[in-house]
Amino acid sequence: MSPVVGKPVNRVDGPDKVTGTGRYCGEIVLPGLAYGLIVGAAVANGRVVSIDETAARAAGGVFGIMTHRNTPKVANQPRLIPSLAGQPAPGESFFPMQDDVVHYWGQPVALVVADSEEAAAHAAALLDITYEPGVPVATIADGRASATQAKTLFGGLMPATDERGDVEGALAAAEVTVDATYHFAANHHNPLETSVTTAQWDGDRVTLWDSTMGVRASQLTVASLLGIPLSDVRVITHFVGGGFGSKAMVWPHVTLAAMAARHVGRPVRLALTRPQSFTSNGHREEQEQRITLGAGRDGRLTAIRHRKLSVTSPFDDWAEPATGVSTQIYGCDNYLGDHQLIHGNTMTPTFTRAPGESLGSFTLETAMDRLAYELGMDPIELRIMNHPPVDNHGNPWSSDGMADCLRRGADLFGWAGRDPTPGTRQEGNDLIGTGVAGAGYPVAFMMPVQHARARIFHDGSVVIQTSAQEFGIGVTTSMSQVGADGLGVDMDVLRFEAGDTDLPNTTSAVGSMGATMQSSAVHNAATTLRNDLIAHAVNDGKSPLHGLSPSSVKVADGRMTSTLDPSIGESYADLLQRNRLLDMEALGSWTPPGMDTPHGLLTFGAQFAEVAVDKDLGLVRVRRMTGVFAPGRVLNPKLARSQLLGGMLWGLGQALLEGNQIDRQSGRWALNNLGEYLVPVHADIPDIQVDFVEVEDDVVGPLGVKGVGEVGQVGAAAAIANAVFHATGRRMNELPMTAEVVMNGGGPG
Amino acid sequence: MTMRPITFFRAGSIDEAVAAVSSHPDSAFLAGGTTEIDLLRLNVVQPTLLVDVNDLPLTYLEDVDDGGVRIGAMARMSDVARAPRIVERYPGMSQALLLGASEQLRNMASMGGNMCQRTRCSYFRDGQSPCNKREPGSGCSALTGINRGHAVLGTSEQCIATHPSDVAVALVALDAMIRTIGPDGTNAIPIERFFLRPADTPSIEHPLAHGELIVAIDVPALPVARTSRYVKHRDRASYEFALVSVFSAMRVDDAGNVAELRLALGGVGTVPWRAHRAEEALIGRPATPENFAAAADAEFADARTTPMNEFMVTFAKRAIVRELSEVTS
Amino acid sequence: MRVTCVVNGETREADDVWPGESLLFVLRERLGLPGAKNACEQGECGSCTVYLDGQPVCACLVAAGQAQGRTVTTVEGLAPGSGEEQLDRVQRAFLATGAVQCGFCTPGLIVAVHDLLARDPAPSDPDIREALAGNLCRCTGYEKIMEAVRLAATS
Repeated sequence: MSPVVGKPVNRVDGPDKVTGTGRYCGEIVLPGLAYGLIVGAAVANGRVVSIDETAARAAGGVFGIMTHRNTPKVANQPRLIPSLAGQPAPGESFFPMQDDVVHYWGQPVALVVADSEEAAAHAAALLDITYEPGVPVATIADGRASATQAKTLFGGLMPATDERGDVEGALAAAEVTVDATYHFAANHHNPLETSVTTAQWDGDRVTLWDSTMGVRASQLTVASLLGIPLSDVRVITHFVGGGFGSKAMVWPHVTLAAMAARHVGRPVRLALTRPQSFTSNGHREEQEQRITLGAGRDGRLTAIRHRKLSVTSPFDDWAEPATGVSTQIYGCDNYLGDHQLIHGNTMTPTFTRAPGESLGSFTLETAMDRLAYELGMDPIELRIMNHPPVDNHGNPWSSDGMADCLRRGADLFGWAGRDPTPGTRQEGNDLIGTGVAGAGYPVAFMMPVQHARARIFHDGSVVIQTSAQEFGIGVTTSMSQVGADGLGVDMDVLRFEAGDTDLPNTTSAVGSMGATMQSSAVHNAATTLRNDLIAHAVNDGKSPLHGLSPSSVKVADGRMTSTLDPSIGESYADLLQRNRLLDMEALGSWTPPGMDTPHGLLTFGAQFAEVAVDKDLGLVRVRRMTGVFAPGRVLNPKLARSQLLGGMLWGLGQALLEGNQIDRQSGRWALNNLGEYLVPVHADIPDIQVDFVEVEDDVVGPLGVKGVGEVGQVGAAAAIANAVFHATGRRMNELPMTAEVVMNGGGPG
Repeated sequence: MTMRPITFFRAGSIDEAVAAVSSHPDSAFLAGGTTEIDLLRLNVVQPTLLVDVNDLPLTYLEDVDDGGVRIGAMARMSDVARAPRIVERYPGMSQALLLGASEQLRNMASMGGNMCQRTRCSYFRDGQSPCNKREPGSGCSALTGINRGHAVLGTSEQCIATHPSDVAVALVALDAMIRTIGPDGTNAIPIERFFLRPADTPSIEHPLAHGELIVAIDVPALPVARTSRYVKHRDRASYEFALVSVFSAMRVDDAGNVAELRLALGGVGTVPWRAHRAEEALIGRPATPENFAAAADAEFADARTTPMNEFMVTFAKRAIVRELSEVTS
Repeated sequence: MRVTCVVNGETREADDVWPGESLLFVLRERLGLPGAKNACEQGECGSCTVYLDGQPVCACLVAAGQAQGRTVTTVEGLAPGSGEEQLDRVQRAFLATGAVQCGFCTPGLIVAVHDLLARDPAPSDPDIREALAGNLCRCTGYEKIMEAVRLAATS
């Protein structure tokens, strides 16, 4: 039996999904199930004056109505920390329905529980709520004057300013400078499954079936807010219909579901409606970024100043960190990155696929393209020349691959011979252009120790467990592969169990860290069990392997054999049965190296795009995309390719389609459904290819896995914008690059 | 469970359907339902009696008047789009149908229902914002709100909501006739009179009496329509309402003059927009890009824009010039 | 009202149906068929695609009463039997090509592809892209889905 890690194995959860039999968290059938519906505030700033429940209660089928008057006070409001850190991770450090104040449009002001979704919706519509409205400030345009410098981000976990050298001096002295300002519309995750929680109490214990990217984060947060022991909160999730960051933090509705179930004395399912998903699980915030590059005529960067201004909630200093890549992907002695915040009438923004660095890199990589034109250099050579062997602290990369990604991408895409002159290629009504961008995404070791369990039964069948969540990434498949190889068994005899806080815990699978964490823990559990079994055999006088050194025993297909004489051996099952052992198990742990590990930690890639821009109408269509990435060991290329393709197409959506803005009159998001908030459809998809550059990495865990969830998106929009410039000669300073942005010359910057 | 009371009644005949709706004040016909069920579930419309007309014998397509076609009101958009006589005689109409919505929606949506399609204005659809179309006298949030996709032609101080239909754009160009049966008998309404501009009463979109049912759409014979086209420009490549769409049917004579022209626009008007001014400016004149541009200018001379949608005027003019130039070449 | 229709070959009844309910609600909440997904609620994503009298439609925009006396087929009714070898060719192709990710768009897509291949046994790539434009995949696995359609067409 050859190893299965690295093989394009089919998904183990596929059959349940193609037949429609897999049960998602909103499809759990429980006796007496009631249905909750949140009623969101219809003003963005102000106060709830009155809530008349008479008609709603008279509607029938209503089990209960919760408002600020009867909602229990939360026991302990945790501060905002990324769920990866393994602490309570509320999406915002604010819990609704504790008083009558309204901070943002859609903030929960009531919760109706009824005997069906339809009855709850009917009763909710009959609630008569009056407000004392204030004037909302929710946009950069309205709040610019109130912007302040952020000191820290993520509840103090990371500094908001990153400075070294003398940026102003270096810019003043630079032979060449590039200065650009960008405006980016807000983005919404819009997984096809809106967030949903089904809550059931049994005495003092509550079980939550929660559509989450981190069962452990849900458990920690709900236990804190309710003030109950962690052992009384069990969170289960077996199928999640996409997350993209919206289910990375734990939003108020999860705890409200538990509160509602206690309130009505029945299990309660609480699902966000599609419009509510625009106001209930965060968003990528509206932002401006300004970048100034200084360089010598030889192309060496001498200064980078990268600043971000964005809107956050009244209660949290949240900004997607925009400068984590621009500070290190290119070497530069003089650097300033910082974040300014406007506290406005929105909920707290949150992680959205390729958080922070997708737009930070857009800014950097389009500026690098401008610099290449200023210098008359090839943009690939400019990047390779400036890409250093060490990070901004002088630490060597745990693994690199950036230059190889750019070069291989150039070969695959057919970059050689490109005439860089803008606006020279026309086909019919279309101007054709090509563009390139570098990509990097941080590997963030902020999580605590990770656990998994491997267990073998005396018939040779195996269960591997960790609390990981399957939200589309393929974790149940890739961890089955890792477990099978680690233990030395066939995948067919192994079942991987996940999505339950009763299992050994791993933290939330966010920030591209899921595969790294889980594979490390699973690998260690499986190999520990393998070693235990071998040790048992060589110490067992009845074993044919008795007396051998453990290092001279190998395992394949559940059978231990001597490396010296393959005819000598026995199966795990034989060993267990002979010793009257019903099973054996091992706990595997993995302690991440920590944020201060002396290594540069980025996953690298390169993106290429070819666009056709309608010369009169400004409509951009992407014709081709090529992405090459160096994510360390690829556990399953079929799954990894899907993740990277998905990221690149998210980049396409971000570049051309996705954007929302707040109506300044009402403070309401202008778009709140999938008919208006446009995401790519099949017909938008170009010819697209993904390839890998192999790099070995012995820093990021025993298997050297760096993750593929985010880096696929990084640089994709920048490559498209650079291609639009090549096609039209117009620099795009606004995302999305809609027809009017392109027609009108690219936006404000 | 006590829900908002709705009675459902499937009509077995046209007379039964008309009688059921006209005798009940809060009733509505239900055809494909792709707009109506949507709005009902959004609480934007609140009928208490739904009269299902899906069983009525109105799914036919038949020839009339030496080459025209009569389309039953319950004919599904997907069936009409692929019907050979539509594809041959009115290819632009077939294209308009296929460029609308998605396969799933076209399979359900009916031709009569499409004529009654409601606007996609988000302030109308949210059920909450001031909206004169939904709640007369409450104001128009779109005038000063997010209005990138709102109309620039046919607007009023009361409403700038865009008409969303594609096929209706083709039908106004083709001078179709809307045939109805109501409590007062049969009626035939020229299609341009069927779509009412908002003026002071944006809530009244059609000159239909309560209980008056669309039973058919007559599309007259029009030889020039055999080369008609429908081009739809939009942000994404499919499954989106138009930024601007152009229906054209044009014949240029041997001298190079425009002999016949039918031109209509989608995405820019409060109603499916027949470009009469542009037609008048071009008929009898040389089919040149300069004249096309002048005609487009004439059509948009009275356009009323906002900072967010003013690009639509330039966009639409360029789309017209391109379309007519391509048809000519 | 009572709604009776033939679902996946069996006559099914649902009582006390509110006429404003969607067919999707009836299938998922009353008939225990969660395959068709409730994702956008407004006919904008295709996740709820089912056959209604042989035509794929968005079940979220079909009133329950409209389904009275009609025939409905959901993703649960496409495979002739259980077990992977018994799956429909479209389902098998989705598995083989890795066209499944989070799985929420999958049931609606499988019905839509099933219909596409019934109408057009060998669709071109542009035809596939346009025919499936009403089915959003947010993960976004469009390229793999294209591969699945091509594979299913030839199997």
